[in-house]
Formats: sequence, C-alpha cells, structure tokens
Amino acid sequence: METQEISRILLDQADRLFAQHLTREARAAAETGAWPENLWQAVAAAGLPLAMVPETAGGAGLAPGDALRLVRRSGFHALPLPLAETMLGNALWVATGEKPLAQPVSFSATPPTGLRGAGDNAILDGDAGAVPWGDVAWLLVVAEDAAGGRHLALVAPPEAALPQRRNLAFEPRPKRHLAGVRPVALRPAPRLAAPGLRPLGAILRAQQMVGAMERALDYALLYANERQQFGRPIGKFQAVQHMLASAAGQFAAATAAADQALEAWGGADVEFAAALAKARVGEAAGKIAEIVHQVHGAMGFTQEHPLHFLTRRLWSWRDECGNEAEWQRVIGARVMQAGGEALWPMLAGA
Amino acid sequence: MGPLAPAGPGQSPGLPLRGEAFGGMVGEDGGEAGMQGLRFDAVELPRAAAEARARVRAFLRAERAAGHYAAHRNSWNSFDPAFSRRAGAAGFIGITWPSAYGGAEQSSLVRFVVTAEMLAAGAPCGAHWIADRQSGPQILRHGGERVKREILPRIAAGECFFAIGMSEPDSGSDLAAVRTRAVRDDAEWVINGAKIWTSNAHRAHYLIALTRTGEAGPDRHGGLTEFIIDLARPGVSVRPIHNLSGGHEFNEVVFQDYRVPDDMRVGAVGEGWRMVTSELAFERSGPDRFLSDYRLLVELIERLRGQDDPRSAEALGRLVAHLAALLRMSTAVAGLLDRGENPAVEAALVKDVGTQFEREIPEIARLLVSCEPSLEEDDRFAETLAHVTLHAPSFTLRGGTREILRGMIARGLGLR
Ligand SMILES: Cc1cc2nc3c(=O)[nH]c(=O)nc-3n(C[C@H](O)[C@H](O)[C@H](O)COP(=O)(O)OP(=O)(O)OC[C@H]3O[C@@H](n4cnc5c(N)ncnc54)[C@H](O)[C@@H]3O)c2cc1C
Repeated sequence: METQEISRILLDQADRLFAQHLTREARAAAETGAWPENLWQAVAAAGLPLAMVPETAGGAGLAPGDALRLVRRSGFHALPLPLAETMLGNALWVATGEKPLAQPVSFSATPPTGLRGAGDNAILDGDAGAVPWGDVAWLLVVAEDAAGGRHLALVAPPEAALPQRRNLAFEPRPKRHLAGVRPVALRPAPRLAAPGLRPLGAILRAQQMVGAMERALDYALLYANERQQFGRPIGKFQAVQHMLASAAGQFAAATAAADQALEAWGGADVEFAAALAKARVGEAAGKIAEIVHQVHGAMGFTQEHPLHFLTRRLWSWRDECGNEAEWQRVIGARVMQAGGEALWPMLAGA
Repeated sequence: MGPLAPAGPGQSPGLPLRGEAFGGMVGEDGGEAGMQGLRFDAVELPRAAAEARARVRAFLRAERAAGHYAAHRNSWNSFDPAFSRRAGAAGFIGITWPSAYGGAEQSSLVRFVVTAEMLAAGAPCGAHWIADRQSGPQILRHGGERVKREILPRIAAGECFFAIGMSEPDSGSDLAAVRTRAVRDDAEWVINGAKIWTSNAHRAHYLIALTRTGEAGPDRHGGLTEFIIDLARPGVSVRPIHNLSGGHEFNEVVFQDYRVPDDMRVGAVGEGWRMVTSELAFERSGPDRFLSDYRLLVELIERLRGQDDPRSAEALGRLVAHLAALLRMSTAVAGLLDRGENPAVEAALVKDVGTQFEREIPEIARLLVSCEPSLEEDDRFAETLAHVTLHAPSFTLRGGTREILRGMIARGLGLR
C-alpha cells in the first residue's frame, strides 16, 4: 500500500475515534480540569501518541507531514488531550535513542533552562512556564549546561498538585518551576530540538489552529445557510457573504502557511518556517474567530452551541508558544539583517 | 450524538442547527461546499522550473547591469517594448505554447516561476504582459489557424502587444450588460460601440473585444462573441483617459463601422461569456495579483536594514508571513491550471487576499519610514511610495472588484 494511503486511513480512523469518544459529557468533564483517562486510553490504544515514532521503535512511523496533519485533525475536533504534545515528546525522546514513553508527555516552550552539575547529579535551574497538562504529563525541557551544551531533560510529573491554571478553552496550563528539580533522565538534545522547543510547539499550535478554523468556518457556513431572517437564509445577504468570503481568504492563507511548516519539519530552518506559520495562522485565527461569531449571532455566544469549543482554543493557541508579534519580530529581524534583495530568494528559493 | 453536538432538541427548542451535521465530519462529506472544497494542494515545481528560474535571474541581472531599467520604478504596468523584445528573444514569452507558434512547450508552472521572477525583480514587463497572460492563451485555445500562425509567434517574440476590451461605460462589474454590437456581413462583422478603461490601447497592436451578437437570454449570458480587433485598421479610434496622477495608461476605444473578418473571431458565435470567463481565470490567478508593489516592500526593507527596531521588525515580519502564504497559494493555483482544471474560486481568493496585501504595503511603509512621498524625488523609497500610493486604488478594482470576487467566493463556498 502507498504510504499516502496508509496515512489517509490513519487520519480517517483518528477522525472516527475522536468523533466517537468526544461526547458532550466527555468534553464538559475535561473542561473542569479533570484528566480524561478513558479518552486518553482510547487514543493511546489506537497508537496515536506514537504516530511520529519510527516503526522500528514501535511507533506508527508516520512521515512528519502526515503526523502534523493528524495534529490538525485533533484541532478540528477540539480534542481535550495532550496528543500533539505527546506525539512531539515521543518523537524527541526516541530521537535520543530511548524507547517511547507510555504516559502523556508535555513540553516547555520557554527558552532553555539552566543545568547545574552533570550526569546523575544534574539539577535543573529555571522555569518551565505554563506547561500543557503539566500536572499529569511527563515533561521534556531543553536544558543548557554551563559550557553551552544542550540537553533534553525528562522530568516526572509533579508530586504535589500544582495550582489549577487553565487556558481560555479550559485546557490545563499549570505553571511549573524547575529550580532544583532533578530530571529522570538527561540526553544530548537531538537535532530536531536544537533550536529549542518553542518553534516546534509553535508549529503544533499552528496546525491545531488550522484544524479548529476549518471546523468553525464549516459551522458558520451551515448556520448561514440555515438561519432564516427577513424570510430568507442570512447567507443570502451580501454583507454576510462578504464576511465569510474574507474569512475563507484568511483560512486559505493560514493553511498555506501551516503547510509550508509541515514540509519544513526536521529540515535546516525550522525556526523560520515556524515563524511564518505562527505569525500568519495566529493572525487568521483572530479574524476568523471574530467573523464566525458575528455570523452566529447570539446563538454562537451560548455554551449550548459548540462553536466556542473551537474559538476559545483559537484565542488561546494564538498566544501559546509565541504570539504573532513575537514571531513577526523573528522574521523581520532576519529580513532587516539580510536586506531587500535577499527576501525573494529567501521565499522563492535560491 | 456526535462530538461537538449541540444539546438535543428537548433541551434546546428551536436550535437552528442540523444535529447530524456535527456527528459527521462537516465539510468532508459536504462535497464542494465548505472549506474542504478549496483546493490549495502542495505543488512540486518541475526541474524545468528551477532551471528557468536560474535563467531568468541571469537575464534580469544582465538587464540591470546594462542599465536597461531601474527596478524601483516598475511594475507589470511599465510599458517598455525594447525590454519585451529582449525578453521574447530570450524565450520568456509564450513559454507554454507549442513551438509551431513560437512557444517553448513548457508547463504553466514554468511560466509561473518566470513571471513571478520578473515582477520580483521589478522588470518593466507591461508591454507584453496582457498578450502573454491572457490574449495569447485565449487565441491558442479558441482562435482560428491563420490568426494563430500570424499573431502568436509575434507575441512570443515580444513584438506584438494586446489590450483587453471588456469594460464599457455602462458595463463594469456587470459585464453581461455589454452593448458594443457586432453584426454579420458575409465573411465579415461590423462593430459599433465603445469600450472604456482599455489599458494600453494607445500602444497595443490588438485588443480582444467582447461584443453583443445576439439576444442575452434568460441567464443574460447568451448572445456574446469575442473578436480580435486590429487597432491599426480604420473604424476604431483610441482616446486617452488620464488617470488620477495624470498618467496615460487607459483609454476609451470607439468603434464606428469597424469591419473584422470572421476568422478573427475567438470562440464560437454566442460563446463570448464562456470565453470571457476563461480569460478572467488567467487574468486573476497570477503573481501579478500580489506582487504589484513588491518593489516598495524591497525599498522599505532597504530603508530599515540594519536597524534594531522591534516595531519595524514586527510590521515587516507580518508582511513577509503574508507574502509567503500568498506565494504558496498562487503556486497551488498555477498547479491547478497546469492540470487543466478551472480554479475560478481559488483564483478569486488569491486575488482578494493578494490585492488586500498589496494595498496594505504603502499604508504600513509610510508609518515606518517618515517621509513625504513625491514622484520628483531622488530618494528611491519616497519615489516608489509616491507611485504606489497613487496606483493603489486600482489594485482592488481592475480584473474584477473585491466585492465581485467576494461574491464569487461566497458562491463557491455554497452560499446563495
Ligand atoms: C487601472 C485600471 C485598468 C483597467 N484596465 C481595463 C482594461 O484594460 N480593460 C477592461 O476591459 N477594463 C479595464 N478596467 C476596468 C475594470 O475591469 C473595472 O473597473 C471593474 O470591472 C469595475 O467596473 P466599474 O469600474 O465600472 O465599477 P462598478 O461596477 O460601477 O462598481 C463600482 C462599485 O460598486 C461595487 N459593485 C458593483 N456591483 C456590485 C455588486 N453586485 N455587489 C457589490 N458591489 C458591487 C463595486 O465593487 C465597486 O466598489 C480597468 C480598471 C482600472 C482601475
């Protein structure tokens, strides 16, 4: 079978799995901050957390592009689990030569933390910031030793519960301090982690946002064709049509930006690709969220209507792992350094 | 009940949503409609495109080295017949056409790369632009053999230029309202009426005119026919219309008993609407819809170069992220055209997003570099900013207004 075919089947399976398990009750429960163990078990049984792990190491061996499309689908379904995080964590951990981890894994998107001492005596020094599902998940951080060497440190979940802190979509984002924490294991940082984990996280969030936007827009189109006012569907009004057409333009541009990032994964300049993706997708996220709510009227402002599962994620994810301004500065600094004539080859190819 | 399902009808009377739509994957089963219907698939450029890129870059470097043009002054509207002849001789016009008609038989992805390179380098490619972009391809597909043999090789050589004769005084966005009439007289047609906003009519050799030859019919799209008009022949006169900055780019074109042989017809009699729609797909999809003022972006970066100003970096970074996405979207549309598909909705999207981007550049540039723009200014940035500011309103009008495009996109999304 073609690998393309295999990945399509896997994506379809994931779609069905998410749809089947994401009942209204499961969603509501997850939003209280409780860990959705049953949901996680179902996702783990399907092998999704190991999607990016090579087959030789017991994973599904998806190409990075396909794995990131799976991340996009998890966004489409507003999946309340650290699936993207665990996929990344396992890919990184296995890249150090270790076995994949059986538990959920999360990462810190802050700059590398400090590291004191060496080997078994190494101790982390720093702050992991807001860690997705940081109270239940194992944590990967990039740590830098005194000599500037970069390591990937695996940290166990905290022993005592962390103060509850959730993002706008009520996904757990507790803050975790690492001063004096002893990692469970310390490995030389694999190549993928060389630029730190923030760009990789930014690419994950960009993919999730594209998925969530797609579904939010699908809702808005459905609603525009069904909701009647003045004796006809609101989608017949030109003002509504133009809002949705402009949202479609934002979506197409965001998709293009996210696509270039999934092609760049593992390549020489992941940071630049991440910057383009997070800056463009983040901007589209805000505009699309605004438009889909406008189209839905008061109905979209209710808890009843599922639109908010998507838009609250868009509002959170656009700020996680760096907002638009941060990544725009990364791009802008490079461009200002290289000069005007260097821009075109940078984008179109040397 | 499905994943993001709203509460059942009992809990929420009158919830105006289709419950089952949330169980199924909305947009995937929805066929054409919905966001899944948009086709912006990744395109792998053929090796020939990379080769062409290298060749056109070398050609343009040599042009600049020879002092043939100053990049910051140009866009695809800059009319320079000598440049076009050299570009034609170098094989950069009519790239996709059969060699029998002077073409190089390359894929439209190669053409996409060549035209994007020309725009990015600020080459004055306006003289041959319309002939290469839409008139030539239109003649190749729907023209008669004599016309193809006579005209296409001259276009490809960069010696023959075209204008577009669609708009009329009472027919702008509502193109189906054209009134210029063509009446059959044996082997000829006699044309009376007027076209307006006809770019370059005063310096082009031909235009393709959309004329009325019969009844419009209930859908208003019937009874239209396209003809190639030789602007050197009697019966057609061109009167300048100066644009807001005083420049002479567009015109009024008046037909008084202009006689055109039947074999100058493009497409069948009465098929003009189909002709004009296919012409517009070429017209809307290209890199000219987001690179019109690319040189201003380049000059802006040059002005900010080496500075360590976070506000500038942010603004530039944003524009570059937009540009990167547009380049990719536009490449995807070129890929669809290359496969012979009709990407009307995708092209409209690229043009809408692309022209919005073009219109933002001068507005952002003027706030980052304080300067009073002037066309009479030695400073390249100030001159480019002046030129772009004075042309920006046309970006979202020509080739179909933003509002008309958004209507098309909405239809493509399944609204209406
Ligand atoms: C620089 C330039 C060069 C041009 N070159 C050529 C050329 O070479 N050949 C040629 O044939 N034409 C040319 N045009 C004409 C161009 O195609 C028309 O300007 C365009 O199609 C709009 O027509 P209009 O100007 O008559 O505006 P109108 O159609 O009168 O529109 C005026 C305003 O009303 C809006 N509007 C109209 N209908 C609707 C609707 N149904 N819903 C919502 N809003 C609507 C429009 O969006 C616009 O904002 C050129 C125009 C410019 C500016």
